[in-house]
Order: sequence, then structure tokens, then C-alpha cells
Amino acid sequence: MQYRQQQLDNGLTILAECNDEAHFAAYGVFVRTGSRDESPEIGGVSHFLEHMVFKGTDRRSADQVNLELDEMGGSSNARTGEESTIYHASVLPEFQSRVVELLADLMRPALRDSDFETEKKVIIEEIMMYQDQPPYGGHELLMAEYFGDHPLGRSVLGTPETVGGLSSAQMRDYFAGRYCPGNMAIVGAGKLDFERFVADAEKSCGKWETLSATRVVVPAKPRFGFSSLVKENSTQQYLMQLAPGPCSTDDDRFAMRILSTILGDDSGSRLFWELLDSGLAESAGIGSCEFLGTGMVMSYICCDPDLAQENLERLHRVQMSALEGISEKELALAKQKIIAHILLASERTEPRMFNLGGQWLAGQVYKTPAEIADLYRQVTLAEVQAVAEKYPLTRNCTLSVGVRDDLQQVA
Amino acid sequence: MAHSTQTHQHTFENGLTLVAQEMPWLQSAAFTMAFPAGCRFDPLHQLGMANFTCEMVFRGGGQFDNRGLVEELEGLGCDYYSTCGVYHTFFGGALPAEGLESAMRVYAEVINEPHFPEAQLEDGRNACLQDIQALDDDLPGKTTLESRLRFYGDPYGRNSDGTLEAVSAMRIEELKEFYQRHYQPQGMLIAVAGKFNWPTIRQLVAELFGRKSAQDASEPTVRGGERGYRHLEFPSNQTYISLAWPGLPFRDENYYLLRGAIGVLSDGMSSRLFREVRERRGLCYSVGAHCHAILDRGAVFGYSATTTQSAQQTLDVMLEQIGLLSQGITQSELERMQVQFRSGLVMQQESCRSRVSALAGDLFHLGRIRSMEEIQNQIQSLTVQGINDYLASNPLGPFDIVTLGEMPLEITGAIPTTAT
Repeated sequence: MQYRQQQLDNGLTILAECNDEAHFAAYGVFVRTGSRDESPEIGGVSHFLEHMVFKGTDRRSADQVNLELDEMGGSSNARTGEESTIYHASVLPEFQSRVVELLADLMRPALRDSDFETEKKVIIEEIMMYQDQPPYGGHELLMAEYFGDHPLGRSVLGTPETVGGLSSAQMRDYFAGRYCPGNMAIVGAGKLDFERFVADAEKSCGKWETLSATRVVVPAKPRFGFSSLVKENSTQQYLMQLAPGPCSTDDDRFAMRILSTILGDDSGSRLFWELLDSGLAESAGIGSCEFLGTGMVMSYICCDPDLAQENLERLHRVQMSALEGISEKELALAKQKIIAHILLASERTEPRMFNLGGQWLAGQVYKTPAEIADLYRQVTLAEVQAVAEKYPLTRNCTLSVGVRDDLQQVA
Repeated sequence: MAHSTQTHQHTFENGLTLVAQEMPWLQSAAFTMAFPAGCRFDPLHQLGMANFTCEMVFRGGGQFDNRGLVEELEGLGCDYYSTCGVYHTFFGGALPAEGLESAMRVYAEVINEPHFPEAQLEDGRNACLQDIQALDDDLPGKTTLESRLRFYGDPYGRNSDGTLEAVSAMRIEELKEFYQRHYQPQGMLIAVAGKFNWPTIRQLVAELFGRKSAQDASEPTVRGGERGYRHLEFPSNQTYISLAWPGLPFRDENYYLLRGAIGVLSDGMSSRLFREVRERRGLCYSVGAHCHAILDRGAVFGYSATTTQSAQQTLDVMLEQIGLLSQGITQSELERMQVQFRSGLVMQQESCRSRVSALAGDLFHLGRIRSMEEIQNQIQSLTVQGINDYLASNPLGPFDIVTLGEMPLEITGAIPTTAT
């Protein structure tokens, strides 16, 4: 395994983990742009743009793009989040140059008006699909409640209104400001020839104008409280909470992941024994999530509505228990679980590519999976305790979704 | 092609079959233990029994109570699971390779000497009931399960969760009886993949599960499904559409001809359904079709979800595209499908988890495991002529249709449903 890094003159970053033992390679274009980079009136444009990228370029129609991706087999897809948009494809080594050329070409999409209107319908279908699924838009609502006017409070998908009201001109403006070489990285992992990777990227992207994008990282001012979204036709009650946690460059994030594993992993955690083993909930968990400049810890429960209030209290007790002490045994088990997970993921090419690109997105220094595993090994009980005290999960923003409208915040 | 690997298969005297694939370049291993104790054996008035039994078996056995069991597996770094399907109940996991034998020993101890702790009966029951309730909110899942039940009938279309009424009434003695009858080595499958030593694993399995089988369980009675169109009314934003039509069992010599044709219909972004329903018309976000097989029968299921006002057109375009497939596929469509298969095979080779499920699938459906080369040859030997001849003499359909949403769809006389 060899880590390689290079930057084109226009600022485009090329990263790779070259592995001669692998039998294919995964490639991704990582763009530092997402819903936090949108203004309210263009909510959802990052995600809509991700769809439009597959609609073709000056040299390729949408059909050609789809045909070429399928001709290379493998798997390809894209995803948009709060602060990143990622396009990726995994292919056999014989397709290295071809897939890099295609991904690079896609990053200069035609954004045709006719495609824009058709795809708008698909996006609205996607929004409606999520509205039908638990927790029925609850995640977006909770993010809005918690973050308030902060850009992270905006929905990644946008709403039927914001997406419906978008113009192709607004999308072009957004694209021009965000898809700049200085704001993008092309990442590869697996069996690949790095010199050719760079040469192909240079050929396809070298002429892109030297521009970079800025992101204003506004400090988050989390809001706490309790709200309900009544959903008459649902069977289960969905309870979600957000509380502050470490940001994506904070070393506390390792201790926080260990703490949330101890408290709320979907198996073997304190919450598991309290709610899942006992059959009091269908699912429940606590997990951390990091962004630039801020982080959060999410707790959730899906359960019978009749048990919802008691389960909120049980969750509260589990959260409080973090302050009463954590045992060496719990720490060791959580580390073992996390490290085994890292090992299993490190044997697969696609997760390695995402890991590499993810580190670049967060502005972190490159670390191998083994080095990351070591960081978890080194976390001490005192550090986990300190994180538990610094980030009390009981101080949170709670949303209840379901038939009940009478649930209350635990005192 | 991927790494050359060594595969093994051994059937023990008591009827247990072990299959394994060595992947010595990995630091991990995965395994699954499949007992012939699936929900097809649930008595008709006790649906959910196999699943509830699985839940209770996993609550401890031998020296382990439920907490001890989970801690022991997690201490080995094992990402474990237990789940109940139609034919089998599975116990397995993936973990750093050095813990493989220990994890298999832990499982065997618990499964061979389960406690069925009375004090946890209600906890286990509640966990099963919560799963049944959660399905109520899963609209695509509900539509698919209804479609599967109607197509395959009982018991092969069952959802192992069962019903609230039946699970609420089950007694611990009944679960113990189910366990005694069905957790037997006869018909049990174990699959292992990753880094391990074959003689050691074979010896271990003989030691852990070498006991004699009790009498064979009798085959369940099969009851026919329901045909035609069924609408489930629900005030949702989208209408969920599931189509089912006859396919082929995996062991059928023509299986890959059909699989290839359905690949052209649905695999990838250039597939016909994706292109015509989503890309050209913007009717939906998700649309697709896939082959599904039980042991002696197969089905093709088509699926889409779309807002109510687009649902009729979505169904019509889906059926039109499925109909057009009977007129044949092209050489370039076949080649795209073949390269996708080839890539998929190579990619599967790096994950011991993927290989375990593929090995178990082969063993169940074919009674043996196939080499990568054999699968590759099956795919590469497909021809346009072969697929088109198959499609011409085996027109796709007739269709059973299930929709869930605000309004039923219009199923015109031109649609070859099985209702007529």
C-alpha cells in the first residue's frame, strides 16, 4: 500500500492509496460543497446539481454517460451531504484511464434546461419518498430546530418549494462558485498506476481555470428544547435528539466515538441492554457526527407509542450514567469493536477510497487505517470521562414523531 | 480474474454440509451457520414461531447468559447476527481471523445447549412484536412482502416476523419443541470464508455439530398464492408498485438466460427501466426488477414508487418496457451486462462476508459451490441469440400486481394479469 499525493498547477488535488494486491480500483471526485454552502433561497441546489452532473456534458449526452458507466461495469453513484458532494465509480484496472476521463468530464456538466426540468421532477419524487419513510422528514426538522439559522440547519434535499423554484441560472452560478479546482480532489484506491492517474487528470482537468472557493464556517449556536411532529398514520413513535459533540478536526472525536459506542451502539451498549434486549424498543442508538467547526451526537429510539415517554426517561438515565463512571471492561470492548470494524473495512477498496477522500474533506492529515486504529487504542478512560463531562447528552434538542402529541422533555 | 482461491466442501455423516473458501490474503474471516429451521415450518396458526425461537436461542446457552454471549462475541471483535429466513435460521458474523474458531465455539455452545430463560421470555416476545409493528411504517417493505406472499403463497412467501396475535400467544414449551424438531444437523449448512486453516475448521465443525440428527422434519404443506391485482389503501405521498411474474429456480439450466434479460431491463443506469421511467420521463426516483428464487421456483419482481399522479403512467411504462423485452435484446446490452457481472465477481472477492453469503447461496440452491471461473463462463457464454430465443418462447408475464397508496390503479384488459 502506497500513499501518493499531488496537486495540479490549478490547485486540483490528486490523492491515491495504490495497492498492487488489489484487483480493481475505486475512484471518487470529492467536492467541498453541500447544503451548508447554500443560501436559503437555493436550498437543495447541491443535491440537484449532483443529479444534473449525470445529465451530460458538452461532449456527452445523458444516455452516453449512463452507457459509458455501464460499459465499464463496476458500481458508480454519487452522494450529497451537508458539506460534501462525492461522485464515485469502482472499475477493473483496464478501465483506469477511461473512468478518470469520464469522471473529470462530468465535473464540467452542460446543465441543459431541458434536462433540468425533467430531473426536477425526479428530485421532488425523491423528497416525497423520504416524506413517506420514517421518521417522515423528522431528521431535517430536528436539524432545523437544533441549528436554527445556521447553514447546517438546512435540508440537503431541499423542499418541493425550494427545488421547484430553482432556475438553471441559479444552479450555474452555484456551480461556478463551488466546482473550482482548489475545492476539489480526485481520489483513487486499489490497483492503479499513479503516474498515469495524474497524467490523465492533468489532461482532462489541467485547463480548468485556477479558482478556489471559500467556505465561511459560522460558529453554531445549538438550540435546546422539545418539539413534536404529529403523524397520524404511523404505527411506531420516533424519538430523536441532538446534542453538541466534537468537530471533525477535534481530537476528542475518538474518545466521543468510544463513549457513544459504550452508551449507544446497536449491540452490547448500555442503551442496548436497557431498550433493545428488553424488547422495549424496535431500534435505538447513540452516534456521533462531525462537521467543520461543530459536531453533534444523535440519540434515537423507534418504539411502541405507549412506551415512548418511559423510553425517553430510560434514554435520559443512560445518558446520565456516562457521568457516573465507565469501566475498563466497557472501554476495552468498545475499542475492540471499533478496531475490528476498521480492520474489516480496510480490506475493501471502496471504503478505503472514501476514507481517504473523507480525510481530505475534513482537512485532516492522511492516516492509514492502522494508524487510525492506534488512535483509538490510545484513548484512556480519563479522556472518555472528560468527553462525557464536556458534552452532556442530556442537554439536547428533542423531536418526537408519531401519533403522540403529549410527550414531554425529561426534567 | 481475481485471486486464485481454494474452496472446500464436506458433508458429514449426520447430513451437515460445510463449505469454505480460503482467502489467505485477508486478516479477517466470516461464517454463517444455517439451521433448517426457517419460518416455512411455522404452524399456520403460529406464524412467527421460528423467528421467536431464534430470538430465544440467542438469549444464552451453555456457560453464557445473554449478556455473557454478547460480551464474548464482541470481545472477539465479531460483528454478529442471528436472523430467520424462510428455509433457514442463520447465526454468523465477521471478525478478525484469529477469533474465528472461538466465535464458532461460542455459537455452538449456545445453540447446542440453549437456556430458553423463562425470565426473558417476555423481553424476547416484545422484541419480536416491535419488529412486526415497525413493518407497518415501512411502506415499500409492506408492498414487497404482500407481493411475495401472493406470488409464492404459503409458506414460501411468508415474512418470518409472523403476526402480533400469534407471537403474543406463544408459550415457551412450544418454542422448545420447535427447537428440538428443527435445530438439527441434517440439512444444516455452514459456510466459512477468509483466513483460516481448512483441516482445523473441518475438525472443529465435526466436534461442535457431529451429533446425530433426530428424525427428519416433515415438509410443510404448500398453499397456493392469490392472483391478479391487489390494492392496499393508505394515505401516503407515493404509490408503491410491485409486479410479480414467473421466473426460474436458480438451478434451472435457463436461469442465466432470464437473469441476463432482467439485467438488460434493470441493471445499471443504461438499463431500460431506469432510462425510460426515470431518465426520460422523470416519473420516479426508484424503479427496478430482479430475479428471486426459492428452491424449486423462481419469480421476477418489478418495483417502483412514485407520487400518486404519476403512478398510472409509471405502471404503464414499466409494463410496456417489460413487454418490449420479449422482442429481444442487443449485443451492446449483453456486453454491458456481462462486464457488470465480471466486475461484480471480482469485487465480491475482497470481502469474506460477501463470499460467505455467495457460498451459502450456491450450496442451498445447487447443492455445491461454483468456482469463479464457472460463474464467469456461465455469463460469458450467454449470447444475444440464446437470450432472444428464450424470451421469444417464454414471454414475460402474466403479472400479479400489488399497489399501496391513496388510489388503486387502472388495470386495463390489455395487461396480462393472472386475474382473468
